[in-house]
Amino acid sequence: MGFTNLNIWKYSSPQTFYPLAGRMVPWFMGVAVVLGLIGLYIALFAAPTDFQQGDAYRIIFIHVPAAWMSMFTYLVMAFWAGIGLAFNTRLSSMMAHALAPTGALMTFIALWTGAFWGRPTWGAWWVWDARLTSELILLFLYMGYLSLVAAIDDPRRADKASAVLALVGAINVPIIYFSVKWWNTLHQGSSVSITRAPSMASIMLTGMLVMVFAFWAYSIAAALMRVRCEILERERDAAWTRELKKS
Amino acid sequence: MQWGSVSEFFAMGGYALYVWGAYVVTAVVIGAEVVALVRRGRTLRALVGRSSHAQSD
Repeated sequence: MGFTNLNIWKYSSPQTFYPLAGRMVPWFMGVAVVLGLIGLYIALFAAPTDFQQGDAYRIIFIHVPAAWMSMFTYLVMAFWAGIGLAFNTRLSSMMAHALAPTGALMTFIALWTGAFWGRPTWGAWWVWDARLTSELILLFLYMGYLSLVAAIDDPRRADKASAVLALVGAINVPIIYFSVKWWNTLHQGSSVSITRAPSMASIMLTGMLVMVFAFWAYSIAAALMRVRCEILERERDAAWTRELKKS
Repeated sequence: MQWGSVSEFFAMGGYALYVWGAYVVTAVVIGAEVVALVRRGRTLRALVGRSSHAQSD
């Protein structure tokens, strides 16, 4: 049992992770608020009006960060669900459950802001285009995952069943990402790419990246807050949670 | 600063409905998530506190 001496396993126990998560929440939330305010300043005041889209383009500063986080959160959720399935570590499964509602929220924001951007630029709130449809499927995957977790009474069985759904659903994420390349879609291609220079003004790019990091920090903070709730709900009868109030 | 006046800022070059429709709803749903999480955490910690009380009696 030499493995148990390794430090990496230390924080895989809900008991040690609960206070650590509690200490991390204010930092991530603080970063999210500061970056969010800087990002909003750039988005609404500093960035110039777009010569093609007018001020409607300002939706990009929340649309793109939310869309990226919706996909990224899903992959992180599927990763932790898979770790929980493979190693039977209950904290990993709790982390996956904690990420799902925030991921679903990001997907909703991406779809909503997309509709409010599509209407003035394409003339339609919604089109059954590859990018939009695959993002809608992502929302259904999150909701299906959460319903499955809620429907199974035994938490360990719920962990396993929902992990399979999360892992199978992960195939949708590259489909969303590459949809604008694989199909002829109304949705514009990516404005930012690693392989070529960004097709937007640098102040706009800066604002968007600041907002991406704000959304990222927020998602981490929200998931950590929620995983603490999950831990308390599941370990309510464990001796260590009863000790919490005394310390 | 891109705006000449406050009303110009709120008008968003004629795209007020779309820009504010996107921003306000985003702010509301994120705010709602934070409130829900804080409340859920408080309720749970209160419950845990109560059960510890019963145990120590």
